[in-house]
Amino acid sequence: MSEAIKFLEPRKNVMSRRRAIIEDLADLLPPECLVHEPRELVPFETDAFVAYRRLPLAVALPKTTEQVAAVMKYCHRYGVPVVPRGAGTSLSGGAIPQEDAVVLGLSKMSRILDVDPANRTATVQAGVTNLSISDAVSPEGFFYAPDPSSQLACTIGGNIGMNSGGAHCLKYGVTTNNLLGVKMVLVDGTVIDLGGKHLDAAGYDLLGLVCGSEGQLGIVTEATVRLIAKPEGARPVLFGFDTSEQAGACVADVIGSGIIPVAIEFMDKPAIEICEAFAHAGYPLDVGALLIIEVEGSEAEMDAMLKSIVEIANRHDVKTVRESQSATEAALIWKGRKSAFGATGRIADYICMDGTVPLGKLSYVLEKTSEIVERFGLRVANVFHAGDGNMHPLILFNANDPEDAARAEEAGNEILKLCVDVGGCLTGEHGVGIEKRDLMRHQYSDTDLNQQMAVRAAFDADWLLNPSKVFPIEGRPAA
Amino acid sequence: MQTNFTAEQLADPHVAESEKILRRCVHCGFCTATCPTYVTLGNELDSPRGRIYLIKDMLENGRPADAEVVTHIDRCLSCLACVTTCPSGVDYMHLVDHARVHIEKTYKRPLMDRLIRQLLATILPYPKRFRAALLLAKVGRPFAPLLKGFPALKPVAAMLDLAPKGRIKAYDPNHVHPRPPEAKRRGRVAILSGCAQPVLDPGINEAAIRLLTRLGVEVVLPEGEGCCGALVHHMGKEDPALDFARRNVNVWTREIENGGIDAIIITASGCGTTIKDYGHMLRLDPAYADKAARVSALAKDITEYLVTLELPTAEAKGLTVAYHSACSMQHGQKITMAPKTLLKNAGFAVRDPAEGHLCCGSAGTYNIMQPEISAQLKVRKVKNIEATRPDVIATGNIGCMTQIGTGTSIPIVHTVELLDWAYGGPKPENVA
Repeated sequence: MSEAIKFLEPRKNVMSRRRAIIEDLADLLPPECLVHEPRELVPFETDAFVAYRRLPLAVALPKTTEQVAAVMKYCHRYGVPVVPRGAGTSLSGGAIPQEDAVVLGLSKMSRILDVDPANRTATVQAGVTNLSISDAVSPEGFFYAPDPSSQLACTIGGNIGMNSGGAHCLKYGVTTNNLLGVKMVLVDGTVIDLGGKHLDAAGYDLLGLVCGSEGQLGIVTEATVRLIAKPEGARPVLFGFDTSEQAGACVADVIGSGIIPVAIEFMDKPAIEICEAFAHAGYPLDVGALLIIEVEGSEAEMDAMLKSIVEIANRHDVKTVRESQSATEAALIWKGRKSAFGATGRIADYICMDGTVPLGKLSYVLEKTSEIVERFGLRVANVFHAGDGNMHPLILFNANDPEDAARAEEAGNEILKLCVDVGGCLTGEHGVGIEKRDLMRHQYSDTDLNQQMAVRAAFDADWLLNPSKVFPIEGRPAA
Repeated sequence: MQTNFTAEQLADPHVAESEKILRRCVHCGFCTATCPTYVTLGNELDSPRGRIYLIKDMLENGRPADAEVVTHIDRCLSCLACVTTCPSGVDYMHLVDHARVHIEKTYKRPLMDRLIRQLLATILPYPKRFRAALLLAKVGRPFAPLLKGFPALKPVAAMLDLAPKGRIKAYDPNHVHPRPPEAKRRGRVAILSGCAQPVLDPGINEAAIRLLTRLGVEVVLPEGEGCCGALVHHMGKEDPALDFARRNVNVWTREIENGGIDAIIITASGCGTTIKDYGHMLRLDPAYADKAARVSALAKDITEYLVTLELPTAEAKGLTVAYHSACSMQHGQKITMAPKTLLKNAGFAVRDPAEGHLCCGSAGTYNIMQPEISAQLKVRKVKNIEATRPDVIATGNIGCMTQIGTGTSIPIVHTVELLDWAYGGPKPENVA
């Protein structure tokens, strides 16, 4: 287990009352909604950022907003930290607990409450998976646009916490651009409603504040999201290049010319090989870099946009251009892309970076990334949302070799700092979590961070909600 | 994922294999989304990722199984939807197999649980005993509601509920009489007679044999063959499971070496998954490893074999068929297209019910051991199937037929019964 990133010291007054807290929680929840046997707590000790692990004090799995409120009210009263958890798919450790915390899991709250085609909205419980929203509204001709690669499993509550993105966010925006309202339980158990079914709400835009607050401002239990009408057609097209530099420059030129396809995804050679071996999607294996560019609309619209993109790609010596020939093939192309991280697990352990850079710097950062990773004696695979400059270098290492793991973390930190240094940011969609917390000072001045923490304090003065995350531990105001 | 085993632990080939499987898992959580028990219960402990973690913790610490771990492993259907979903290629099937053997060896179940498991293991694999038990169940059925009042007796009540309500035909091991092929000979195959299926529905293998014979395939029923062992295998009873496997390997090896066979045809996909795994199950037995691997390579689901025969296109029947893909078919054996291609080709309009990846709750003896979860899955499955408004439901596994059949009035048949009908055989009895 990695140790470079520290968690807060467990609160002694909480640890000494462990038994009593569990007994009290048992009074608030049905038996199947509380996990407290030590061995049953182990599977909750981490999320998809598996290098870090901490056993929680207990896990609450409420079924209703009222139960969430009851747990929050109790934990607030007795100063017990709470770590919210959706599906536990965070790549930045957003759902990793700590010894004195109650994990508040929303996995039992997974119902679609309302689909309103006339207003183009769906209202769902926070534990509903991202993809099941699209599945539920598909018969009405709609979909929910943000599509993290983990959309099969990740929950809308977690998406809101991390302001998640995805391949199709290039055109449709990330979670915050598709969220209209939430029901949220505050740290003291108060239940509030923010927004509604409309595009703007009266008063402060607190919804914008809540989206991306990593579970530190409250626990979202219901969300109303914007639905988008499904396009007449969609076509992912594969563009193969000899080098990553050519592919990177092509992306910058496409976007720079004012063309906004639905998605521009990038894979380098190692990533192509990994994904092709898993999905058999027909990715070209004889190229150095691949772009998946998806266009959508009527046939004429798609043809026109593709024509412009192909012209630009030709200027960058594109080697192969291949359109998907069927819906099955299109689905395979996306399956390969969206399974890229997991499929990487077939060849090695990995940590996934999430830095975002200005498009003009894409090629430069790719080149530097390779240099950094090589210097640490490791390998890297790149597969990411190129259209919005959101890079995901996967640093490959051996988790059973502690030195290898430490080197991977160090290399990752250097890459993220590089992203900031070229004018980008630490995280495009995975959130800060625990992973990037100590790099926040590289991104922000103390003044910037203090202002963010002041907002946080307005919601949770005692640092009870997901307390080890987002803000570096040193330099925090005393709770 | 990082693992923590000593060299001494890894000297055990079973632990070594599990360690390799665990190393593949990156803890991404995709598997939770398609797991029927996670979708039903909403607790990660009842998801593949949670179980993998529980197993990892138990094995790493060399601990005997305890009540908590057993509860969550027992709730696993072994439907293997997670294996289909997993992008990292985690071999959950063999990991949970190992965990079940470990549980059986190190954990003492409550008395009633032990008795029921022993009862099932003693009766189900043996057709004559099973038929006798079904006749008894008819007498016992009125007591089922009473038994449900006692938690420990719920499995018994579930058993009574599942027993067929109609006439139970006499069990005749020679009820099907293979004949020489009726057309130009295209092959020679052995067909697994099975244990529970010929008692519950002898018509399935009759249809398969009729169809194969008509198509020019010589069918043999090797003597001495028995239950495939899946039933006890899934209970973690390793020794009897391997005994069943060895017995069948012996029988089929004799047939391979005497007359030669092109395939071992299986009409229950649950058995198919296990027979295809004989090579793995017996890999550590030098006397059987090669023979078992050969048997596994020859094992074919009936639809997997039939698609190789290039059947003619038959005229439209005007019947809508909801095809229910058994978990052992789609996840265990990765056979997804063949049954539907055959049905369409045979003139049926084929519908795919929504949430087709989710188990119907049958899962071997799961509907007996875990009646509550099983019942919820049945309701969900039947709702999705009925939404396609089919005239008939087709599937390739007797367990699913029994399970779904007790939840709907729409007739349910084996895929091969429809195919036999389409290509000149009799219409299945329960199809209107």
